[in-house]
Amino acid sequence: MKLVKAGTYFWQGNEACAEAAIMAGCRFFAGYPITPASEIAEHLSKRLPEVGGIAIQMEDELASIGAVVGASWTGNKAMTATSGPGFSLMQETIGYAFITETPCFIVDVQRLGPSTGQATKCGQGDVMQARWGTHGDYSAIVLSPNSVQEMFELTIKAFNLSEKYRTPVILLADEIIAHMREQATVPPIENIEMITRKQPKPDEKAFFGSEEIPPMPAVGEGFSVVVTGSTHNEYGIRFTADPIAHRQLIERINGKVQRHADEIAEVETYNIDNCKIGIVSFGCTSRAVYEAVETAETKGLKVGYVRLKTMWPFPEKAVKQLAETARKIIVPEMNLKQIFFEVQRVAKCSTEVMPLNKIGGGELISPEEIFEKISESARL
Amino acid sequence: MSEQFSVRKYLRDVPLPFCTGCGSLTVMNQFLRAVHELGHEDLSRFVFCSGIGCAAWIPSPHFMADSVHTLHGRSIPVATGIKLLRPDLRVVVFGGDGDIVGIGLSHFIHAARRNLDVLVIMVNNMVYGMTGGQVAPTTPFKSKTTTTPYGSFEYPLDAAKLAVTAGAVYVARWTTANPKELKESIKKALKTQGFRFVEAVSQCPTAFGRRVGFRNAGEMLKWFKETAVPLERAEKMSEDDLADKIVVGEFIRKQRPTLIETLHKTIEEAQEKHDED
Repeated sequence: MKLVKAGTYFWQGNEACAEAAIMAGCRFFAGYPITPASEIAEHLSKRLPEVGGIAIQMEDELASIGAVVGASWTGNKAMTATSGPGFSLMQETIGYAFITETPCFIVDVQRLGPSTGQATKCGQGDVMQARWGTHGDYSAIVLSPNSVQEMFELTIKAFNLSEKYRTPVILLADEIIAHMREQATVPPIENIEMITRKQPKPDEKAFFGSEEIPPMPAVGEGFSVVVTGSTHNEYGIRFTADPIAHRQLIERINGKVQRHADEIAEVETYNIDNCKIGIVSFGCTSRAVYEAVETAETKGLKVGYVRLKTMWPFPEKAVKQLAETARKIIVPEMNLKQIFFEVQRVAKCSTEVMPLNKIGGGELISPEEIFEKISESARL
Repeated sequence: MSEQFSVRKYLRDVPLPFCTGCGSLTVMNQFLRAVHELGHEDLSRFVFCSGIGCAAWIPSPHFMADSVHTLHGRSIPVATGIKLLRPDLRVVVFGGDGDIVGIGLSHFIHAARRNLDVLVIMVNNMVYGMTGGQVAPTTPFKSKTTTTPYGSFEYPLDAAKLAVTAGAVYVARWTTANPKELKESIKKALKTQGFRFVEAVSQCPTAFGRRVGFRNAGEMLKWFKETAVPLERAEKMSEDDLADKIVVGEFIRKQRPTLIETLHKTIEEAQEKHDED
């Protein structure tokens, strides 16, 4: 059983994600090839057997996420990795994982859609799909890395959140972060927090709602657990017409995420208490923000930012704080205003929110373009 | 059999959802009898997976066992994840024809190809019963259904033959008019390793039978008895003569390495190599 040793590595983002998954205790991967996520499948196919795990390439994404759900019910940590088109195919089963409270980890390495779009180019257009991709009411937990280091760290965090809240967690990476190679540091394993799902006591029978996050049994352990995607009571028995049963279940599975939104929401902030212009960004775009802010400061402009490491639940607290100080907030993103409206909703009327969007060819929003927007806002 | 036996010992005390005369009850009964005759006192070593459709209700939530009632068509993938990590458990998939060879067909073929160690029991009622009787991939040619009011203009799929071609190690088809044979095939399948497929051609008097001229379940069972042709006899008949027949029997019984065997051998070799490095 060989996990990666503590130390410094020169990794590709997808490789860092795969190694982190193994370190987090993931022992099952099922996936289907898709650019720009295939390296995760390739790396895990090599590494999982070495640590006693299983990696299997399924016939499609529907089967991949289905096998992951099955694997999770054996008491194991399980994952899949895909990109936009495959993520679309997985949505129905992601909904199933939500309603059955099945912990699992899904990586969506974003590329340019809709549809086949520009399949090898970077985009950030799956923000809303990650939040609302399946039908019905649910609360997704979605994390967004902006470095190879964070592909590692947020993968471990995603497994922890998934196990803690008994819910699917999505890593919303993008082609640039996933394919980029840079330095990443692996801490000693004893310094990494690892969470595993709460197990039921031998005589326990309610696995779906006697408490906010119910214990989860595994199959084959004598619990006779009934898992169903239909509305069910705390014992897993279908209640497909009772309005109360549905309200209770759906409000609980939303509430268990929403009530802990502040705890889940992680952001990187800079100068948010003392800025005239604010920036809210995430993923690869946020890397250009760093340089733009440096340039702006040399020109004497007071700029602060919130960088979303958690996309969903939306980190309202930090953005609200930024909106209270900044006169204007710029939202650069490689899509057509997907997170912009969310920032506007939180900022309300107190602050003007300005979009900065760019799509096509995988072209990044450059530091110069962000700086230009900052200067423009300062003049207005 | 003189032994007094009730399948109730394997069941939860919840009401059954099936219509009067539904063939799913026969399949449920025969499966549990097979389990009993094989000496399983309870279902604790089984995991059941099912999708969406009337037949998916056979195990869930009725069997006193672990059961995962999945999405429409996705029972086999979920069963794959379970079986790969818990090869010691017997994984049985129940599904209707729409679930297994309609929306879930790709998984069915690939599971047979991989020789995944699961038993798939398909209740083929030749129609989408739960949704009100729409045409299925198994509906006989020219049958009137709610979405083929002028008669079906498509030819049905032979799921048993397909399973054989895809690589299943045990394939049998019976109708609910042959409950004994059905039970014996389930027993054989439960004792075999690898991908096993038992098709139970079953009556749906509510959503199919009444639209194609049968007044009740009894008439449909009579129809099954009249149209069922044993495989040995069917082999000597022409395609035209077989057009409106139901071929029953054991289609294949063979051995080949299962997915669990080939996978674990590969993992062991990988670990040995890793330890040497």
